[in-house]
Amino acid sequence: MGTNQDDMLRDRADTVLRRLLDGGATDAKVVARAGQDLSVRVRLDEVELVEEAGTCSLAVRAFKGKRVATSSTNDLTADGLDRLVSDALELCDLSQEDPFAGLPDPDELAKAWADLGLHDPACDGVDADDAVRRCQRAEKAARGYDPRINNSEGASFGRTSGGFYMATSGGFRGGYHGSYASLSVSPVASDEGGKNRTASYWSARRQLAKLESEEAIGIEAARRTIALLGSKRVPTTTAPVVFDPDAARSLLGAFAGCVTGDAIYRRSSFLLDHMGERVASPLVTMVDDPLLHAGPGSRPFDGDGLPARRNVVVEGGVLKTWLLDTYGARKLGLKSTGSSASSTGSGAGVSNFFLQPGTQSHAEIIRSTKRGLFVTGMMGFGFNAVTGDFSRGAVGYWIEDGALAYPVSEVTISLNFRELFSSIDAVGDDLDLKSGVASPTIRVAQMTIAGS
Amino acid sequence: MTLQHTALPRAPFAPGGPFEIDHERARKLLTVALSQGGDAADLFAEYGLGASMVLEEGIVKSASRGVSVGVGIRVQRGFAAGYAYTEDLSWEALLRAARTAAQIARGDAREVAEVTDRAHPERYLVSVPSIVVAGAGKRDLLLQADRTARAADSRVHRVEASLNESVRELLIATSEGRFVRDVQPMLRFGVRVIVEREGKRQSGSSGGGGRVGMEYFDQPGKSVDDHAREAVRLAVAMLDAREAPAGEMEVVLGPGDAGILLHEAVGHGLEADFNRKGVSNYSGRIGTPVASSLCTVVDRGDLDHGRGSINVDDEGFTPTSTTLIENGELRGYLHDTFSARHFGLAPTGNGRRESFRATPMPRMTNTLLLAGPHDPEEIVRSVQNGIYARRFGGGQVDIASGDFVFSLSEAYLIENGKITAPVKDVNLIGNGPDALSKVTMLGTDLQVSDGIWTCGKEGQSVPVGVGCPTIKISSMTVGGTAVQGR
Repeated sequence: MGTNQDDMLRDRADTVLRRLLDGGATDAKVVARAGQDLSVRVRLDEVELVEEAGTCSLAVRAFKGKRVATSSTNDLTADGLDRLVSDALELCDLSQEDPFAGLPDPDELAKAWADLGLHDPACDGVDADDAVRRCQRAEKAARGYDPRINNSEGASFGRTSGGFYMATSGGFRGGYHGSYASLSVSPVASDEGGKNRTASYWSARRQLAKLESEEAIGIEAARRTIALLGSKRVPTTTAPVVFDPDAARSLLGAFAGCVTGDAIYRRSSFLLDHMGERVASPLVTMVDDPLLHAGPGSRPFDGDGLPARRNVVVEGGVLKTWLLDTYGARKLGLKSTGSSASSTGSGAGVSNFFLQPGTQSHAEIIRSTKRGLFVTGMMGFGFNAVTGDFSRGAVGYWIEDGALAYPVSEVTISLNFRELFSSIDAVGDDLDLKSGVASPTIRVAQMTIAGS
Repeated sequence: MTLQHTALPRAPFAPGGPFEIDHERARKLLTVALSQGGDAADLFAEYGLGASMVLEEGIVKSASRGVSVGVGIRVQRGFAAGYAYTEDLSWEALLRAARTAAQIARGDAREVAEVTDRAHPERYLVSVPSIVVAGAGKRDLLLQADRTARAADSRVHRVEASLNESVRELLIATSEGRFVRDVQPMLRFGVRVIVEREGKRQSGSSGGGGRVGMEYFDQPGKSVDDHAREAVRLAVAMLDAREAPAGEMEVVLGPGDAGILLHEAVGHGLEADFNRKGVSNYSGRIGTPVASSLCTVVDRGDLDHGRGSINVDDEGFTPTSTTLIENGELRGYLHDTFSARHFGLAPTGNGRRESFRATPMPRMTNTLLLAGPHDPEEIVRSVQNGIYARRFGGGQVDIASGDFVFSLSEAYLIENGKITAPVKDVNLIGNGPDALSKVTMLGTDLQVSDGIWTCGKEGQSVPVGVGCPTIKISSMTVGGTAVQGR
């Protein structure tokens, strides 16, 4: 990405900011973005899709005193920009005064920041032919792994990169570039009773060279698919449940949604009224760290323009802080944690949110489980954030005497989140930060497993 | 209701617009798209306007609008597609997109047919799209929802209400000569409340909409007050919910939203892209029994003002009613142009996409399980020990195996033929053909869900409808926490 694009983003944002203020806004924030995407899908060695595009958009948040409105557009013609500005100004008159609305205190704004290594020019260098070859190699490795792999949902490669620039009337100016590349494979094998089995495996990184090799991704996807063959239900019971990193990640994501300032002032979190208390096992430390070098969710400053900072949300099982943006902090009478997730909306969110890895290997955790369920995938939307009640479909393996005995599907697992996180009795050392929320393997001492 | 409004903005590519795409320009772009060969090409232009207003803590805190415009050009070569889209509608940018998409093909240029207008039925004509109705009246609706919910019960601690509206103007042109336009309005209203009593907290929500204007709220049971009271009723009812049972038992699903059972258990598995590739558990089973003989399942894009209804799909074809399952036997799949060509059939009008940023694939519109012969009350009376579910949170299916889940947000125990205590949020899990073969009773009370559902597939979201009568499933796994004595 050249400086031409940076100049263009800056000019656009500054122009729109000036027009909003000239038009009657008392304060405003403008975000300009531009990006280039390529995605490619290959199935059974044949190209299925090659998709290429460039995108450009503007989004604004305007204030008239304590009244707020937002608008966005990707129509960058003169007419489109007129509409963007007039919509925001007009909508301010429609919304009602919110005493907590407003830009952050200028003293709090980020003024300088380190390069977090968010953009890898090599990502942009992958062209369609290169992407096709990567998909072909990954899918070939999967199909060659075992003769029982007899079909494929294909392999996909995607890369995206772009620039971002934010300007506010409160004195913030800043932007950065980012990139992200991913490769996934989904082989298919036929099982008894007309069922097919598929498990996918994927790798994703901001730096192209850090992606796992095509062969490794394909083989892991195939291994997971074959391992599902012959899976069956287990009788309804209670037992320890081990979650692999992909499954544990989804638990952690649901937990993260319950520690944002928004969830708290909206009284929509089972953790409400538990600040400073023990909410998880002493083995559990959860961190949100936007400053990790090349982290998938890393950012030098937050959506309010405040410096990004590492927040330890749960330490040794004790709830230490909410994740707060400027607005949520004001609502709760607290200080922002630099966690504004959205540059034009309002709301706090995670950057790189992960469960601190422990010392046990994944294999040791399985080995030390006498009898239980090892969950590798979950399905459905069974989480009530207000009560913490959790119930989802699961697939994985039955553990008998510390070894994987047979694959399991069509069961559900359930337990309230307070008990679930409090009864984590093992945390693995296998943290892989391939997405903004990540976890190592974990084990929950006992859950209800509903099956036959 | 006052209907002060402004004119609906027209797409820049509409007749008279600054970047008008007429027959001649469409044909020229398609010709460039096929200049390297390929079997077919199409052009998809979209102008989307969105607006939303959100109330919480008694005030409308923010209002927003957005514009999204772009043109996507696709070239098909066999079952491969080259696709490029542009948000810049200048002629140079459109030509560049056509040339980029053309790179998928290898060979001699192909002829493009004369493009001509194609007519389509009107299934959601609204006198005034809600998005252009003056905002003050809509703000008052949200404030009214707040007042009504708070007045309904003293335990209501928080009220959130929202109104989301959009209009999507489309132009589709194909190398076979189709030239189609459509304007698709959408409205979605919702209320969510939190009730608290003695340290217990629970939420409840209610909402609806469809391809309708503000007259939506004039329908029986669909006023702002109706939704506000329903959200409160649900939250209060679930305050006392007890641990749900775990294990296999009889399950009765109330009419309407339970149609998500079909959406997950059969609908996705019958989208023909999965069957063309042989990865669905329904592949190769046409003409065979896949459900109890009580079950007839149809996909209907033609319901008046339905959330999932479309005059034309995103490839320019008009959907009608597609029978998927008839008296328990598998009859057909849902097709886009790719899968229809593979099976040698006509497209069913199910080629849908989220926006110009993605290529179409077979998707559901409004998926319905038709009414059966049983009195709904008799169905409940027939159950000794089971679960009655009225409201649902969502579902998911694994296409390959057919295993699916869906979550209940309002459910009760059935004990000795009577609906008794409320139970906590819980998931049901089953396998498509297995669960449908256990449909032992089917009510006479077919209902179509109010317009709230959105379906996600391969990262693309599209609005859908579902519908069904009261359903009894003789055995299904209930994913509660309470293991029953055995």
